[in-house]
Amino acid sequence: MYQYDSYDQAMVDARVEEFRDQARRRMEGRLTEDQFKPLRLMNGLYLQLHAYMLRVAIPYGTLNARQMEALADIAEKYDRGYGHFTTRQNIQYNWIRLEDAADALADLARHEMHAIQTSGNCIRNISADHFAGAAVDEVTDPRPYAELLRQWSSFHPEFTYLPRKFKFCVIASAKDRAAMRLHDIGIRIVQNAAGETGAQFYVGGGMGRTPMIAPLVRDFVPIDQLITYAEACLRVYNRYGRRDNKYKARIKILVHELGAAEYTRQVEEEFAHLLSVGVEPPREELARIAEYFAPPTFRHPSESWDLEQLQSKAAGDPSLRWDDGFGLWVRRNTHPHRAPGYVSAVISLKPVGGIPGDATADQMRIVARLAREYSFDELRVMHTQNLLLPHVRIADLPVIWAALDAAGLAAPNMDTIEDIIACPGLDYCSLANARSIPLAQRISERFAESGRTEVVGELKLKISGCINACGHHHAGHIGILGVDRKGTENYQLSLGGSEAEDVSLAKITGPGFDEDGVIAAVETVTDVYLDARTDGERFIDTYRRIGMEPFKEALYG
Amino acid sequence: MVESRDLGTSPDEVQFRFRDDEPVDHGTVTVDSCCDQTNATAVRIEPGDDARLLLPFLDRLALVEVNFPSFTDGRGYSAARILREAGYTGELRAVGDVLIDQLSHMLRCGFDSFAPDKRLDEGDAARAFATWDNVYQRAADTRRTIADKRHEA
Amino acid sequence: MKILTGNDLRSGAVVWWNGSGWSLFVDDAVDAGDDSEEILAREEAARRVNVPYAIDASIDAGGHVRPAHIKDRVRALGPTVRRDLAVPTADKTGWDWVI
Ligand code: HEM
Ligand code: SF4
Repeated sequence: MYQYDSYDQAMVDARVEEFRDQARRRMEGRLTEDQFKPLRLMNGLYLQLHAYMLRVAIPYGTLNARQMEALADIAEKYDRGYGHFTTRQNIQYNWIRLEDAADALADLARHEMHAIQTSGNCIRNISADHFAGAAVDEVTDPRPYAELLRQWSSFHPEFTYLPRKFKFCVIASAKDRAAMRLHDIGIRIVQNAAGETGAQFYVGGGMGRTPMIAPLVRDFVPIDQLITYAEACLRVYNRYGRRDNKYKARIKILVHELGAAEYTRQVEEEFAHLLSVGVEPPREELARIAEYFAPPTFRHPSESWDLEQLQSKAAGDPSLRWDDGFGLWVRRNTHPHRAPGYVSAVISLKPVGGIPGDATADQMRIVARLAREYSFDELRVMHTQNLLLPHVRIADLPVIWAALDAAGLAAPNMDTIEDIIACPGLDYCSLANARSIPLAQRISERFAESGRTEVVGELKLKISGCINACGHHHAGHIGILGVDRKGTENYQLSLGGSEAEDVSLAKITGPGFDEDGVIAAVETVTDVYLDARTDGERFIDTYRRIGMEPFKEALYG
Repeated sequence: MVESRDLGTSPDEVQFRFRDDEPVDHGTVTVDSCCDQTNATAVRIEPGDDARLLLPFLDRLALVEVNFPSFTDGRGYSAARILREAGYTGELRAVGDVLIDQLSHMLRCGFDSFAPDKRLDEGDAARAFATWDNVYQRAADTRRTIADKRHEA
Repeated sequence: MKILTGNDLRSGAVVWWNGSGWSLFVDDAVDAGDDSEEILAREEAARRVNVPYAIDASIDAGGHVRPAHIKDRVRALGPTVRRDLAVPTADKTGWDWVI
């Protein structure tokens, strides 16, 4: 894992003191709210429905046990004992006092964390594949590139007042587990035929009110020109992105209006110029960063088990409840690892009837302990609002599961209809039209009780409380969007989205529903799927084969 | 054709200046006018202007003003860097809605004089100019970056 | 009636204008009527409350103040999904009308 050196530490420390001074000037009345707002937003402090909210960056979703414990301490010391993990691999605290905010930031800084650029029209926290460094199918660990981008984008003098917010995502496999093409810039690290490392640039994706899938702008940027290319992409956007209309200001609109070819032409021109100027960090810097991400020393396979051995040992132990307990969790929540004898284990923050993404301070501490003891001191925040132990020995899974189960963290539901992404919605968010969380709670209860979760299999359900689409509803196999219908909550249903490598945008089924209606509608569409599916088809596959009509017919008759 | 004293800021409106030469004190013209006429030595860039149109004339320019009608419009930062990258060495003046918290970024993008609409507190400004002992990225200033320092022999 | 609300500057807590100051409890809210604009400007300037604004509300049969918009009803009580974190004395009948 990356560790700050004295330079990195000095940067975040300086920022904390700067913010402390700004907050004091605000409380003394020397700054108006209009003047203070952009400053607090630059430090991740929003004003939400009930209180100030602090968004803390977890760069590329990676953190260690000590950092997770620090997050737990902050939840207890300055908040109400819990935090909310988000789709952008951040954590949000909902009840921070302005008086305490600088202290909370100082505590973060002590543990090499910060809330810098988690808001505002600047380059935001860089996200990455949550299985980075562990997945069998990756070309290389994408995180060193994400860290290089993090440093480059921190306090960037030219790109702090962009037309709109800007989100990067970095992956390094053909499979996309991070919604890469729904980011302003999605980067896939690849190797060419000559074995050289480079980057594919997808530019102009996003969700919000005008969802778009990013087109490929450059197939191969040599890796020692990565920053220069990013700088060129950003400069064209900073100069020509629309500033007359907030809703048309994201880079996706620029790329769309110019056309990908023309945008690319302008970027290439700027790129050629910047190469001559020389903005790339020295080559050795990437090597220095990469050292921090060197794979841990995995034990020899003979010291672990494979999954078959695990089953033969565990199936006989009644306390493990192989069929509906431990075994189900192993089948659903573990992911193949590149080291034999290891897997990555998903810690679900989606207990049936629970609030997607919320974790209590105690739960964070338990997860931290497990990471320290069983996963080389490493944890991940997944874009699905779950947590992950990236490197665990198969032989350790029974103890890990037992500890998680006791803490309410062992829901065996990864990628099922219970694994719902939901934004905070009207329960917390001042921009919301409708609540998202109660829907997620009721749908997961409904499917768990009827036993249909297992029958339905992989089904990605995503809920947003308004058109900003923080809950990724455009990219859900089933998406739900909260709208305001004459002062009451109403929900639009959409089908057919995906944020994986088979990326697509969901289409609205028709008129909206009230809360009970939309829950029934979700059941209806899964009925249609179960009737129509052929062997091995997931919901999304069936939808793509049979189209919208049968679903519409069943919903609206 | 717009060519009036009103277009530019005068030297006494400049609150901070990091240059030793005499400031230009005559007709500042628009980018369009500057491209049409051969004798202008001072020009003012508005956010929507393409700074690259000025590149053929850099030798004769002594002052480029970049206007920030609102601090949230960051196009002027790119304009400044583009001029410096092309070798412009004359005065580069940030004018308009220039506030404390933008000063250090502007300095890094190559501005060397500042004429804010509202005069800034001198102490706050001095602190702001001195923000960042170290910097992560290469920009128009010649500062060695953190990465450069990490890897120097 | 018109009532005034905002967030306390220092704590961020949701507050309601009670005629002489700001209360945590929506039931303390009073009709600010024509004085709304003047009170809002004065209180914002006094730095006690962040971006205060006026909203429509009514009083129900039980004497409780009920903001007209769903968003302010949620603000008055707390997140509907965390009733354990509700504003301490929020009346128990509140959850019946919030949505
Ligand atoms: C509660 C405070 C939040 C506020 C005020 C907020 C605000 C917004 C806004 C205004 C947008 C639309 C931006 C645009 O299209 O120009 C947006 C997009 C987005 N937000 Fe949030 N959000 C909040 C919480 C969250 C949370 C909790 C998550 C993660 C679960 C999240 C993740 C995202 C994502 C992924 C997008 C869409 C992707 C994109 O196009 O950028 N946000 N948010
Ligand atoms: S989608 Fe809307 S309601 Fe949900 S968190 Fe984003 S802004 Fe708030």
